[in-house]
This record gives sequence, C-alpha cells and structure tokens, in this order.
Amino acid sequence: MKYVIIGNGTAAIAAAESIRARDGRGEIVMIADEPYHTYGRPLISYYLLGKTDAERMKYRADDFYSENGIETLFGKRAVKLDPEKKEIVLADGERIGYDRLLLATGSRPFDPPMEGIERVSHRFHFMTFADALALEKELSPEKRVLIVGAGLIGLKCLEGIADRVASVSVIDMADRILPSVLDAYGAGIVQRELEKRATFYLKDSVATFEKDRAYLKSGKQVAFDVLVVAVGVRPNVELLKEAGGAVSRGILTDDGQRTTLQDVYAAGDCTESYDVTAGSNKILALLPNAQFQGACAGTNMAGGDAHFTNAVPMNAIGFFGSHILTAGSYVGETYEEKSERTYKKLFYADGKLKGFILVNMPERAGIYTSLLRNAVPLTEVDFEALKREPGLMAFSASYRAEKLAGAAASGAREE
Amino acid sequence: MKRIYVNEKWCLGCHLCEYECAFANSGLTDMVKALKGKVIHPKIRVEDGEEVHFAVNCRHCSDPICVHSCIAGALSQGADGVVGIDTDKCVGCLTCVLVCPYGAIMPAADGHVAQKCMLCIDNVCGEPNCVKYCLNNAIVYEERD
Ligand SMILES: Cc1cc2nc3c(=O)[nH]c(=O)nc-3n(C[C@H](O)[C@H](O)[C@H](O)COP(=O)(O)OP(=O)(O)OC[C@H]3O[C@@H](n4cnc5c(N)ncnc54)[C@H](O)[C@@H]3O)c2cc1C
Repeated sequence: MKYVIIGNGTAAIAAAESIRARDGRGEIVMIADEPYHTYGRPLISYYLLGKTDAERMKYRADDFYSENGIETLFGKRAVKLDPEKKEIVLADGERIGYDRLLLATGSRPFDPPMEGIERVSHRFHFMTFADALALEKELSPEKRVLIVGAGLIGLKCLEGIADRVASVSVIDMADRILPSVLDAYGAGIVQRELEKRATFYLKDSVATFEKDRAYLKSGKQVAFDVLVVAVGVRPNVELLKEAGGAVSRGILTDDGQRTTLQDVYAAGDCTESYDVTAGSNKILALLPNAQFQGACAGTNMAGGDAHFTNAVPMNAIGFFGSHILTAGSYVGETYEEKSERTYKKLFYADGKLKGFILVNMPERAGIYTSLLRNAVPLTEVDFEALKREPGLMAFSASYRAEKLAGAAASGAREE
Repeated sequence: MKRIYVNEKWCLGCHLCEYECAFANSGLTDMVKALKGKVIHPKIRVEDGEEVHFAVNCRHCSDPICVHSCIAGALSQGADGVVGIDTDKCVGCLTCVLVCPYGAIMPAADGHVAQKCMLCIDNVCGEPNCVKYCLNNAIVYEERD
C-alpha cells in the first residue's frame, strides 16, 4: 500500500501517525512546498516575540520522518491530481503514484483587491515561517507597521512585533477587534489592553495605498514603513477541484474524511466541517480540528473505521498575558459575568450548551468545551452550578465514578 | 498503565493532596519553606460540595485531547501512557486548558506555560505524592486497565 500525503502541517502529521499506528509496512510519502521540518504554524508569532525559536517550534522530533519510515519531498509543489491514473504531478513534472491520497493542503492568505497595493514594496503576509523570517528582517525600532486585519492572525502578528518596532496601526472593517470570536464587550476588554501597543482604526478600510501611506475611507491617513495583510484565509482546494472532486467553500468530505474522489481523502484547513453547535458546514481553520480530521483520515486510509462527528470551532488565544478562550456558536439564551478585566458569556439553546466566551478566566474551560462538543443534555448536569463555575461536581456521581474512578479514560472521543 | 483513581466516598475534603502536590513540585526539601505563606499552584484540585468531596488531576487519557490539540507539539504521550508537557516548547496559549474535559490542566504559577500532573515522575518523588499522603486512601495509584 502506498500512501501519499500532500502537506506537512498538523493534519498531514496526524494522518501519518494514524496510518503508521495501523500499518507498519506501507509506503508513506509526504509532499510539501514548504521546505521545513514540520513546525507549529501558530508559533510564528511566538517566534517573533522571542518566546520560541526554530528548534523548539518543531511540531515533532527531528527523527519523526525516519522513525516512521516516511519519505519526504519537501520544497516541492503538487500542481495536478490525476484521479484516473492515481497520480500526483509535481511542478517539476515528476509524477507520483498513490493507492491512497490525503490532501492536507491547508489554507493561504486571502488578498482582497486593494487599490494601489502594488505601490507598497514592503508588504507581507503572516502565514508561514518564511513569512515570519521575511517580516523579521524588516523589524527595527524606527519602523512603523500597518496591519490590515484585526482578526486572530493580524493581532497575533501585532503581539509578535509590538516591542520590536516604533509603532503598529491596525485597521479593520469590523466595528470591533476579533469579530469572529468576540462580541462587543469582550472585544472592548482586549482592545483596551492592546491599545497600549497599537492604534486601531475600526469600521474603516483602505481607500488607496501610496508607497508608504494608506488613505482610509474615513479620510484618515496612516503612514507606514511595513505593511502586513492579514484579512483572512482561503482553503487550498484547487488540486481536488480541478480533478473534479466536490468542493463548496472548502473540500467536502464525509465523516471519515473521504472526498468524492475514490481513495482521495482531505483534512485540515482545506476542508469544510460540520459544526455541531451551529448545525451547518463551516471552514474551521483551527489547529485542533486539523489534528482530529487528519487522525481520522489516516485511520481510514489504513483500513480502519473512524468517524469525526463532533467538530466545533474552539480557540485559545492570548495577548501579552491575557487569555481569550472561546468555542461553539453564539446563539440562544445567555449567562454573563462581567468585570473590568474579565468576561464570561455562555450561550445555550435546545437544552444544550452552544458556545462560550471567556476573557481572562480560562480555568477549567475544557469542562464547558466537552459539554458542547458532546452535546450533553443540560438536564444531565447541574447547569446552574456550572454557569458560575466549571466543575465536575455538577455532573452525576455515576459520570464521575466512570471518569475519575473508571479504567482508561478517553479525552477526545468520550461519547 | 498505572493511574491515579479517586474514590469520592473516602475523600474528606482536607486538601492535603493539593499541598503535597505543590510541595512535591516545588523543588524544595523543606515543606515550610515550600508552602508557608505561599499561594500554591497544585496540579491536583479538590472540589468541595455540601457532602461530596473529590480530587481531580490528569487522567492520562488513552486518547488525550490535550495532546491532539496542542499547537506547539509540547504535549505528548509516552510509550508508558504518561501524558507529559515539555515546558520549553509550551508557549502558554492554553488550548489544552480549553479542551481538557476534566479541567485537569492549568496555567502554571508564572502564567507563561501550562502545567499538569505527570504522576511525580518529573520531580524527586518518582511516585504520586498526593496518593502517598492521602489520609483516607481516597486517591490510589493502581493498574486497572
Ligand atoms: C499566525 C497564525 C496563528 C494561528 N494561531 C492559531 C491558534 O492559536 N490556534 C489554532 O487552533 N489555530 C491557529 N492557527 C491556524 C492553524 O495554524 C491552522 O488551522 C493549522 O495549521 C491547519 O493545519 P493544516 O495541516 O490543515 O494546514 P497547514 O499547517 O497550513 O499545512 C498545509 C501544508 O500543505 C502544504 N501545501 C499546500 N498546498 C500544496 C501543494 N499544492 N503542493 C505541496 N504542498 C502544499 C504546505 O506546504 C503546508 O505544509 C494560526 C494560523 C496562523 C497563520
């Protein structure tokens, strides 16, 4: 059996590990256009911050590929999938046959059309280690940086560079920062903290760029030396799409990560997931989701029978010591606790916890996450107690007996 | 593997395990120096109800969601089943805290990394100190799989 994996990120690694857990002999080939040993993509901001380095960023040990008998073709780009011949074509023309193929191609930065952008010579994305290294070369105490996008990636970039440059400005069309994970109150807490390090231009956008100046729709101007565009990501679906596989916004798969093409699987940022809290398909460009999908795909590629059925958006993000933990969908009734620096908001509907926002109160948040991932009926727990404080006391004695006194517990799939 | 199991019927809610945990992980040999007047950050936590008390620490899950979710590759499960954290690699994002269904992994005292029970193999005790000093055998360390 020959397994070919396109990608070398979280989904790809998880799949390779799952394949090896079941099949010690099959051939595994990993192809990636990035030339590096696998690294934690989210760590690129921590690299600029000085909290990690190239060595510690490695997502797996140095001997990972050799230990697992994986042939690596890094620094090579796959340009075509031929499902009839069961071959992948690389940019240099080489053709690689497969019995089972995994597309773990991740996503790429979205580049919205912006007038005059071609006039900006020092412009960057913030997706890859190469991006971080290139940006790092530009960082110096007199530089002014403009970040377009106040989402997760733009603001992690801000955290990474704030202390290495003269000033950072952040602009976003939304009326608040982190609009995909925070409501107005939560965003306010975080923004007040971040305003010590950056100037924000919200509900605004760039009308046109000059070489080193942005003219905003509001009439304001921002002078800058370095521009970072971080307005979102788009899934890398082209290989499958051009081969005739089903794609909506992301690659469509069943709950075993099979695409509509025979023997072709997909996992991670390039796919859509069925968000159980929303009851609809979404692109969950988040690392844990890539791992769960990759592991599921790998198991199935190697002849197992895995199903990934409880995808939910969930994100932990921090800035300068503050922590924002969020999950699920913000629908239904709410429970709130607010203070100057902390915020808890729980969302519940149909007798289930649907989502939560926790700002600077991370303690035991996973108890909430497990409630919503597993769609636990709130009648089975003391929800009033849980609202105030996540704890196992609010669960039945029999649940506790099973989880704390029972044999091998399982964290991931605990249905 | 050998795991820590909790029998809530026997737990008195004395919280001694929390102090023994903090002491074991303090790196100090003098309990007074390690604990007196200090805010402790144990890796085990006792929950107190009106009548029920019990301790919670890492279950060393067979399918550990914290390991799967770690963005840094800092959490891993050894061949012995122990879920360990490499605090050199950890960047303190708290994704593990976000996903642990037991609430058994938490920010470390300095807030920069996460911490979790490693069954005292990461300190001088070598075997779980909380179990050793549990007054009423409410926490035990056994092979049950
Ligand atoms: C700055 C930043 C911070 C983030 N922070 C967080 C966070 O805190 N928490 C979180 O959950 N998520 C975070 N994310 C998102 C997270 O990094 C992704 O969800 C995750 O990396 C997705 O993994 P993946 O395996 O699907 O794709 P990727 O890790 O993107 O891997 C895709 C791979 O495919 C390869 N590839 C793609 N196309 C081709 C081709 N045609 N030929 C050859 N190779 C190809 C690439 O080289 C790459 O190796 C962050 C992302 C960024 C950029």
